[in-house]
Amino acid sequence: MNTCRIGVITFPGTLDDVDAARAVRHAGAEPVGLWHADEDLRGVDAVIVPGGFSYGDYLRAGAIAAHQPVLRAVRDAAARGMPVLGICNGFQILCEAGLLPGALVRNAGLHFLCRDQRLRVETSATAWTARYAAGAEIVVPLKSIEGRYVADAATLATLEGDGRVVFRYAGASPNGALHDIAGIASADGRVVGLMPHPEHAIDPLTGPSSDGLDLFRSAVDVVLGSVRA
Amino acid sequence: MVTTQQPYRELGLADDEYARILDILGRAPTAAELAVYSVMWSEHCSYKSSKVHLRYFGETTTEAMRQRMLAGIGNNAGVVEVGEGWAVTFKIESHNHPSYVEPYQGAATGVGGIVRDILAMGARPIAVTDSLRFGPAGAPDTARVLPGVVAGIGGYGNCLGLPNIGGEIAFDPSYAGNPLVNALCVGVLRVRDLQLARASGAGNKIVLFGARTGRDGIGGVSVLASESFTANSGDPGVGRRKLPSVQVGDPFAEKVLIECCLELYDAGLVVGIQDLGGAGLACATSELASAGDGGMQVNLDAVPLRASGMAPAEILCSESQERMCAVVRPSDVDRFMAVCAKWEVTATVIGEVTNGDRLVIRYRGDTVVDAPPRSMADEGPVYHRPVRRPASQDTLQAATPDRLARPATLDDVRDTVLRMAASPGLCSRAWVTDQYDRYVRGATVLAQPGDAGVVRIDDTIQRGVAVATDCNARYCALDPYAGTQLALAEAYRNVSVTGATPVAVTNCLNFGAPTDPGVMWQFAQAVRGLADGCAQLGIPVTGGNVSFYNQTGDTAILPTPVVGVLGVIDDVRRRIPTGLGSLGDEIWLLGDTRDEFGGSEWAHEVHGHLGGRPPAVDLAREQALGEILAAAARDNLVSAAHDLSDGGLAQALVEACLLSHHGAQITLPADLDPFVALFSESSSRTLLGVSGAHAPRVAQLCSAHGVPVARLGQVHAEPTLHIVPLAPLTLSELRTAWESTLPALFDTP
Repeated sequence: MNTCRIGVITFPGTLDDVDAARAVRHAGAEPVGLWHADEDLRGVDAVIVPGGFSYGDYLRAGAIAAHQPVLRAVRDAAARGMPVLGICNGFQILCEAGLLPGALVRNAGLHFLCRDQRLRVETSATAWTARYAAGAEIVVPLKSIEGRYVADAATLATLEGDGRVVFRYAGASPNGALHDIAGIASADGRVVGLMPHPEHAIDPLTGPSSDGLDLFRSAVDVVLGSVRA
Repeated sequence: MVTTQQPYRELGLADDEYARILDILGRAPTAAELAVYSVMWSEHCSYKSSKVHLRYFGETTTEAMRQRMLAGIGNNAGVVEVGEGWAVTFKIESHNHPSYVEPYQGAATGVGGIVRDILAMGARPIAVTDSLRFGPAGAPDTARVLPGVVAGIGGYGNCLGLPNIGGEIAFDPSYAGNPLVNALCVGVLRVRDLQLARASGAGNKIVLFGARTGRDGIGGVSVLASESFTANSGDPGVGRRKLPSVQVGDPFAEKVLIECCLELYDAGLVVGIQDLGGAGLACATSELASAGDGGMQVNLDAVPLRASGMAPAEILCSESQERMCAVVRPSDVDRFMAVCAKWEVTATVIGEVTNGDRLVIRYRGDTVVDAPPRSMADEGPVYHRPVRRPASQDTLQAATPDRLARPATLDDVRDTVLRMAASPGLCSRAWVTDQYDRYVRGATVLAQPGDAGVVRIDDTIQRGVAVATDCNARYCALDPYAGTQLALAEAYRNVSVTGATPVAVTNCLNFGAPTDPGVMWQFAQAVRGLADGCAQLGIPVTGGNVSFYNQTGDTAILPTPVVGVLGVIDDVRRRIPTGLGSLGDEIWLLGDTRDEFGGSEWAHEVHGHLGGRPPAVDLAREQALGEILAAAARDNLVSAAHDLSDGGLAQALVEACLLSHHGAQITLPADLDPFVALFSESSSRTLLGVSGAHAPRVAQLCSAHGVPVARLGQVHAEPTLHIVPLAPLTLSELRTAWESTLPALFDTP
């Protein structure tokens, strides 16, 4: 039976877990709730670290969540090539956990910013963007206060050189992110983190578009098409 | 005559109130009792000045109006049944004074408090909105207060994961020393899951859970909420003295508390529940006991504290945030504690329900409170304050706007369109609302700048609720009775234009000092206007909040009875978007336009004038519009709608164009002066976008309901708003005018 099971992690303070699970269902996969204290991933094929304010963003956004038991399991799974997606706070957590390079800091405008954001998909060579054409423009909500991507020059050069910048803000940068970076991938293209929220763009009734759905469908394709050993 | 050394006056109790306490107890109160009575009998908790007027809501609510109502006034929030086994609860509450003293925390804890009220009904909170009033947009203190309030609302609400779907902002000099921050929350529940704040069943345990209790917010109720600021409250000394009374919010703790409570409800572990808000544990225990069938015994030694050396009165009156108090069967306590442990929420048994009718509170072996809980919670003082229509009211109404200079040429009219679009009263609120998450939970179907917020109730159904709040306080100043009905009419219309059917009303009545007979007259008029209006529309007031003492020195704010209307739409996929419609659609104006400028945005912005009469109220027409829109939504007959309110037709057209990213060709009705046609604020009007194919059916609907239609023009492909006979306005010049004002005022360089 070809079903794809995608885990959605809930930390205390996670907010967009319901939305991520809904997006997984819309993409034809089965969402599996994972709790921050879980030691294992309950046999899922891929994992989403959703948005929110895990642990109230105490210390630093994502810093405490990155040290929870479930993240150890995610780190091990990622090392074996499991597709992992971090959205907003999830992106911050993956950076804090060392699964992705760089950091997210306070928006240049200092305020929380919620808006319908145009993004350019820079590469289809990741587990989460295979369904997009490189260069495609999509509209997805952005909603964050610590969304400005920063990294040192060497890291930026590596990301750019290796084609690991996955999403870039189109038009004027909303938050001052370096190189207008909205999302990046790990070296093997299996782990992706982005600040905007594709799970809020799966149905034009409740979001600005359905442009975000193909992220989740891409992962389903990858899981179902790959060898499950 | 009372003679005593007890500091009851400092605690805000009057001589006769203190005498009553002696009478109830048959002895002098302990310090803890005195503190509890003082907070429970404060204006904020006891509604002592408003009670005699608020009764009118009950007297005017018929059985038919009560049909959907599962809980009404007097509960933490009103609850209405919306079908398919679901119910919705909503309420709006003020946090005005704390938001002036400390804008960020004041506004943040305002959101936190109303969310706990909704949670206490057994509901999952699903959306928030807020109604804000500030001093002049350009005033230096507004630059302090507004950004802090907005950041506080966003900082708390965003972190709770609640979409902010609506709200409104107005500026007026009367709010300069007394801004208004009214926060509204909507929650949903299965009808069978309704929880009531009641401590029943002797032997049941009282569990305090959530944050620890500290010294924050002590005296917040009796000092902050019930004492007006002095004229020199800009003096930093005053701010310093009051600062410690403002509570500090922790939205993370509240988010965890929400999930914890919902899991407790799901597991059936709660007999009764009450949130801790104003007057803290004093209020929660006395209200739970008062509403129950017995007494209560509480042991203060068990309360987890975050400060050492707190006196019993302080523990009882602390307003530390993010706390709840539940009544739990003894056999369920272990399971209750296990759920709290999962969410890492501190929970402690602090007492139990007893036979008898006393609230007995002990601390370190002493009995610090032994009193009938009803005497605290329900049988507080009731005042019949003097009510007198101020003599100045006639002068105000006599100063009509008829003599104000109107634009002399068509070019002046065109310039006025741009000027009004850029005015602080009418300009885009995106600078504010872009700081709020409107997407979280994935159920938001319509949000600001839409006329009302609409959210789907649950993923499993298509049913949704719409909510809007409104109040034009200038209209209320000119005529509080009619002005409040106009606020009701506008909120009703804002819900109607989404295609939803209004079903319930809440309110937040913001006024000056009740000791001023003129203020009490405004208040009494507003209550009667709202109640009579609701009776005419056939929808009940299910709850509300009164905020008095909103004044600086002797000068009260404009009377500001904010009215919230909740509507239901059977299928959110059929909601009507706010805007113009699609290319080629006809643009219709429904309703009558008269020469009405009293209290208008134009008179205020261009002439700084307030006088005359507000626009005429026509609730029958509002109801007819509502029926037309609901039918049009059900049958997918209209592509968009937008209500007309402040700024009149001109502003409605500007907003509709900019929201739809379309231009329009408009021809004003020949029988009206162009200025009147564009800027009059006649009530009960709306714009519709109608495709040619549906035009005959919509026309038939309107004529069947006796609503006049003016077919103004069409959505066209040009990027212009061309209002004949004016020269065309480009959408880019309109957008610049509309969107630049707030960023220019409030963006930090």
